[in-house]
Amino acid sequence: MDWSRILVNVAGEIFAPTTAAYALAAIGLNVHFGLTGLLNMGQAGFMLLGAYGFAISTIAGWPLWAAVLVAIACAAVFGLLLGIPTLKLRGDYLAIVTIAAAEIVRLVGRSTALTELTGASSGLRGNSYKDTFQDASPFPDGTVALGPFEYAMNASNSWWVRIVGWAVVALACLLIWLLIRSPWGRVLKGIREDEDAVRSLGKNVYSYKMQALVLGGVIGAVAGIIYVLPRAVQPDSMGRPMTFFVWTILLLGGAATVFGPVLGSIIFWVSLMLIKSVMRVGVPESIMRTEQIEQFGWIVVGVTLMLLVIFRPQGILGDKKELAIDVR
Amino acid sequence: MRRAATRDRSTAGALAALGVLLLSLLLLLADPGTARAASAGCVADAATGCINGTIRTADQQPAVGVVLDVDGPGGASSATTDADGRWTVAVTAAGEYTVTLDVATLPAGETLRDPAGNPRTVTVALGSSTGALFPLGDPPAGGSGGSDDATEPEPGSTAPAADGEVGAPAGSSDSGSFSWGRLAQQASSGLVFGVLLALASVGLSLIYGTTGLSNFAHGEQVTLGAIVAYLGVQSLGLPLLVAGVLAVLVGAASGWLQDAGIWHPLRRRRVGTTQQMIVTIGLSMALQYTYQFFFGGGALRIVTTTPTMVTLGPVRISATSLWSLLIAAVVLAGVAYFLLGTRVGRATRAVSDNPALAAASGITVDRIVRLVWVLGAALAALGGVLMGLYLNATSWNMGGALLLLMFAAVTLGGLGQAFGALAGSIVIGLVVEMSNLVIPSDMRYAGALLILILVLLLRPQGILGRAERIG
Repeated sequence: MDWSRILVNVAGEIFAPTTAAYALAAIGLNVHFGLTGLLNMGQAGFMLLGAYGFAISTIAGWPLWAAVLVAIACAAVFGLLLGIPTLKLRGDYLAIVTIAAAEIVRLVGRSTALTELTGASSGLRGNSYKDTFQDASPFPDGTVALGPFEYAMNASNSWWVRIVGWAVVALACLLIWLLIRSPWGRVLKGIREDEDAVRSLGKNVYSYKMQALVLGGVIGAVAGIIYVLPRAVQPDSMGRPMTFFVWTILLLGGAATVFGPVLGSIIFWVSLMLIKSVMRVGVPESIMRTEQIEQFGWIVVGVTLMLLVIFRPQGILGDKKELAIDVR
Repeated sequence: MRRAATRDRSTAGALAALGVLLLSLLLLLADPGTARAASAGCVADAATGCINGTIRTADQQPAVGVVLDVDGPGGASSATTDADGRWTVAVTAAGEYTVTLDVATLPAGETLRDPAGNPRTVTVALGSSTGALFPLGDPPAGGSGGSDDATEPEPGSTAPAADGEVGAPAGSSDSGSFSWGRLAQQASSGLVFGVLLALASVGLSLIYGTTGLSNFAHGEQVTLGAIVAYLGVQSLGLPLLVAGVLAVLVGAASGWLQDAGIWHPLRRRRVGTTQQMIVTIGLSMALQYTYQFFFGGGALRIVTTTPTMVTLGPVRISATSLWSLLIAAVVLAGVAYFLLGTRVGRATRAVSDNPALAAASGITVDRIVRLVWVLGAALAALGGVLMGLYLNATSWNMGGALLLLMFAAVTLGGLGQAFGALAGSIVIGLVVEMSNLVIPSDMRYAGALLILILVLLLRPQGILGRAERIG
């Protein structure tokens, strides 16, 4: 592997579908944490539910729009169920419950009892649910090269997934921008800063938190769909680590900002790819095996998260005054 | 305060009674030395059938440490492949069994040639051996899996591997689909599991009580204990007992280092607890992958011999588990005495009640917190060693998988209440093992987590908590 190829690979991460999916998931988490101050540690659960909802209903023969609606509905119901017991409690209870609920989704999904529905731990194959999405593409099939980037137009890891994924990200950013400026968004920020003050103004804090939880979760579910479109639905690849990556991305870019999650996702995946590809070339096999390089990448992510939270909790774009951490 | 004290005393009484009970149980038992002398394998006779197989990697090397779960009319049990890649399970009832290979325990880079063949159903007859084969290697052309899905380097495909099951306890199989015997069997497994879980959760609860920190990296302290014991036994050739003591010492040292290096400076910088909680998440991630970096993704068996089984009335239990139970009970009783009977212990509870008031009455809060970190990490390490023995194997993510059960136990008992954590752990242990009776065994952790959510819905302060503690 030569350097120009590494560079192309790394640059490809800037607009890869995975980057878009994580950016979208972080935008959802931003509604929870950045705007409302909710510690949702189960974003991967929303994503996995969205992925399952989409894939299973497509396999059952439903059209594309219906499958997306099913995914959204799954996440909304999940958010409601989670919110009822926890939104009245202290923040760290919400963290523990959401992380547990996401694990329940994963454990049930990978259980052999549901093999016919979810494919158990081997998951659902990509080809079984991609057709409706690929057929919706207005572009002709074949491979298209744009500069050094060459992908299939419609199949699997395609331009079509990229176009749709980033269009959704752009829409979500617009939505967040409008929400932050709206009266509704101001109430959310008020809840983040001082719940009791907002309550004393006669606002139903519980209901606002619930709306934020469901909205962020639904955005997470759509992110889940985009995440699984170029691959397969694998419950074990959408577990706790995924939630933590989303958190790292959000805190890296900056919580409570519009473009923070997008910038965070791009930086996260580009630097991860850069570290891994450079190490694959630069570090001999005798010092570090290939899979160890992979793990080294994740260790770097963990340490980055620690350092970020300690030294720059507002992230790259964030404003320290608008910090959602530790309001209670 | 007075009521709290009486309640604590009664809990301690219950603890002591439990200890005495366990001790008398143990006196009835055979020599524990046989635990290591047993032979592996399964001999089919009139009352026993065997399921076995050999797993080889794509280049025909034995695949070591692959975990297989077997479930059927004779109950659920599990097996791990040995140095030759062989595995075997003895069953006591004929019928159809489901054999599930835990793909997360396959050696790095290996996949099943036919993922659709996992889980696999085999028919077992008593008095004979039945094979269940799981060929590894690339799927045949045009086959299943990721041939078309993996066109881009999968982020996270190797990293977030399964952290569901590490292995199933030895000897959790007996008799028919439902019987009082099986109920007793599962209840006893649950009790053992719960007491071992308590070792880890008491530390988690103490740390929460004194610092207000939900430590998401506590699971990694558990893994640390198990891995040090594994290294001690398998690499240094130490006797298990010495390796266990070494693991506890390393655990205690890591607790001291962690508080001195990370948490004390953060408290001094006035970094809030929520922020610290996210730091623990980063730490947990970094530590988990560090373990995987050095020890790989497979199962690590601390002791490779098959445990001796002891029959107590309707219950079959391994001698190792009984010893673990005894050690855990003695240690927990010691912790209870420390908290209730010593000055430092009383100071610890005072800090846990109200740090500012404790500081004002002359208690050095920082020193108490340091002590709690050392104690909590040492208990977690001990829990890790015993849990690694109980589950037959440890792995890089064992603690991570147990973390949520610990949180469930701690929440159930009331956040920050040390004795609540003990009671909560036993309940969670029983739920995890006894839910096998009604739901599939691979969902048993999910049942425990559901309880966590229900507790928060119905009694958020936990069994022993006070309502004022929730905000």
